[in-house]
Amino acid sequence: MTENPPSYLDAGHTIRSWLLTTDHKRIAVLYLISVTFFFLVGGAAAGLVRADLLTPEGDLLTNEGYNRAFTLHGVIMVWFFLIPSIPNVFGNFLIPLMIGARDLAFPRLNLLSWYIYMLGGLFTLIVLLVGGVDTGWTFYTPLSSMFSNGHVVLVAAAVFIVGFSSILTGLNFIVTIHKLRAPGMGWGRMPLFVWSHYATSIILVLATPVLSITLVLIAAERLFGLGIFDPSLGGDPLLFQHLFWFYSHPAVYIMVLPALGVISELVAAAARKPVFGYSFVAGSSIAIAIIGFFVWGHHMFVSGQSMYASAVFSFLSLAVAVPSGIKVYNWTATLYKGNILLDPPFLFAMSFIGLFVVGGLTGLALAMLSIDVHVHDTYFVVAHFHYIMVGGTISAYFGALHFWWPKMFGRMYPLTWGRITAATIFFGFNLTFFPQFILGFLGMPRRYHVYAPEFQTLHVLSSAGSTLLGFAYLLPFVYLGYSLVASKRASANPWGATGLEWTVPSPPPKHNFVEIPTVTGRPYDYPVDKEDSR
Amino acid sequence: MRQYLQTSVIWLFLALLLGLTVLASHVLTGPVSLFTGLFIAALKAGLVLWFFMGMRHETPMIRLFGTGALFWLAALLLLTFVDYLSRGAV
Ligand code: HEM
Ligand SMILES: [Cu+2]
Repeated sequence: MTENPPSYLDAGHTIRSWLLTTDHKRIAVLYLISVTFFFLVGGAAAGLVRADLLTPEGDLLTNEGYNRAFTLHGVIMVWFFLIPSIPNVFGNFLIPLMIGARDLAFPRLNLLSWYIYMLGGLFTLIVLLVGGVDTGWTFYTPLSSMFSNGHVVLVAAAVFIVGFSSILTGLNFIVTIHKLRAPGMGWGRMPLFVWSHYATSIILVLATPVLSITLVLIAAERLFGLGIFDPSLGGDPLLFQHLFWFYSHPAVYIMVLPALGVISELVAAAARKPVFGYSFVAGSSIAIAIIGFFVWGHHMFVSGQSMYASAVFSFLSLAVAVPSGIKVYNWTATLYKGNILLDPPFLFAMSFIGLFVVGGLTGLALAMLSIDVHVHDTYFVVAHFHYIMVGGTISAYFGALHFWWPKMFGRMYPLTWGRITAATIFFGFNLTFFPQFILGFLGMPRRYHVYAPEFQTLHVLSSAGSTLLGFAYLLPFVYLGYSLVASKRASANPWGATGLEWTVPSPPPKHNFVEIPTVTGRPYDYPVDKEDSR
Repeated sequence: MRQYLQTSVIWLFLALLLGLTVLASHVLTGPVSLFTGLFIAALKAGLVLWFFMGMRHETPMIRLFGTGALFWLAALLLLTFVDYLSRGAV
């Protein structure tokens, strides 16, 4: 046996060796730290919102303060957590390992993306310090362009900047997946995680520029009075919504497609079976990416857009559920008669599937014109997208963290703690957001902090759930942090999973593979000989 | 030399199309004007893609991606116009 080269973590210990690294794995760790930081900031804002909603009078915050709190929560969570989290942390770390490459195609561009992300984050923090912004994360005009007295241009600049980070990452992934696959790794042999990141990257590259342009237009109208969205200047406020949602609906798939890829990996590893209908699961990612560009108008049903357009968008929106459905059915079929291990990653995957189904089905309800007119801009919508984004995407993020943690840091963590966390998150999540479906159906509008007293019980339940949820999100800090210093070392393949990333040592060496592997079989070739045990 | 000639001819043609757009916007009204404008714009975009951006020398894969981006732009414009043009109608 030859001596293994030092791991990527040991390949230099200076600050400089981290801040100037071009190693995709180190950049992933940089993102892990920064994304976690923004998650905490956004989470603090959410805590403030939920605390204010405990009483019908909303005595904690002023009207202005409340608007600023939920806007910052939305802006930070969407652009600084949900969009970059899985692709930039796990995509960065895993794509080269999974396809048998030494790094991404453009390692320096990758580092640049992180710096751009941090620059955008800096702008957001400045906005936070100088008093925030009150338009909601959607920046609807004419409020944002004419009337808001928050720091709209500064926030728009932050989001504009972070957009470039997204575009560069997407570009990097596309080129890497096209050009750097190891010999033998055809398109039909790529892990589903890589497929879902490929689809995500296409959306990142095609949709993000539209958002950037829209933000520039807002700034132009606000600063120079150019009439683009303001009707009194000859503009059209609905044009803003068209442009915004043309980005933002596909953006919801930027958030959830990587999560779908994670779940495919976790389900296969938990069931120790090949993924049922591999090519359908792979293809459905691409189908979601394409159809996702045609449905944005379902956010505008009651905006004054023509009924004819609404009908078209309603129809198209129902179509996007089909590929999502395919995935859920195929995971279920994969689990059927599987030899299932109740490990933390699997529990997170199960919780993902449950919450994603609830979120998706309520999305279908919202896509029906008649139902949407009743519940639009109520807590029903808030519950829908939190089920998908918080329940779905964050479950998958934690699932990924618990699955690949041993690979990333070479340490095992106490599994029981992982199981307790997964269960607490699931319970806390449902306690937080299920009451909001009922609230919305009863007519509680979103973005109000003063409400009718009969809604209080449900709001108190929701705030109680959010406290539990917040606590559960903090638990991994303790035991994962502890594992770094005190746990036993992880073997190369602690879960007995398939995939090239499990063939290299944990943590992997700097250049991933001593010798580029040749792929000879299909992915998910279970069962694996379980030479290692955890 | 041939290259310069060809580029200049294409450029002249583009300028001509621009003139046509301006002309059309003056004589035509309503949806007809809009669609004429869009048609000419599409023609111009096609010329730029094919000659200036060198799509005609590219591999099928790059062409596929180029077409994909165009298709995406068409989706944006088409569905937005579904709203704009039918606002009074239904
Ligand atoms: C089955 C597929 C889905 C359908 C048919 C669907 C449908 C809808 C509809 C019609 C609305 C607008 C409701 C309203 O404002 O009245 C909506 C809102 C929303 N959806 Fe979905 N959805 C689906 C999946 C998703 C996914 C996968 C995500 C995120 C990962 C998501 C995130 C959101 C967000 C963020 C909003 C609210 C935006 C806002 O107003 O702030 N949806 N959805
Ligand atoms: Cu949508």
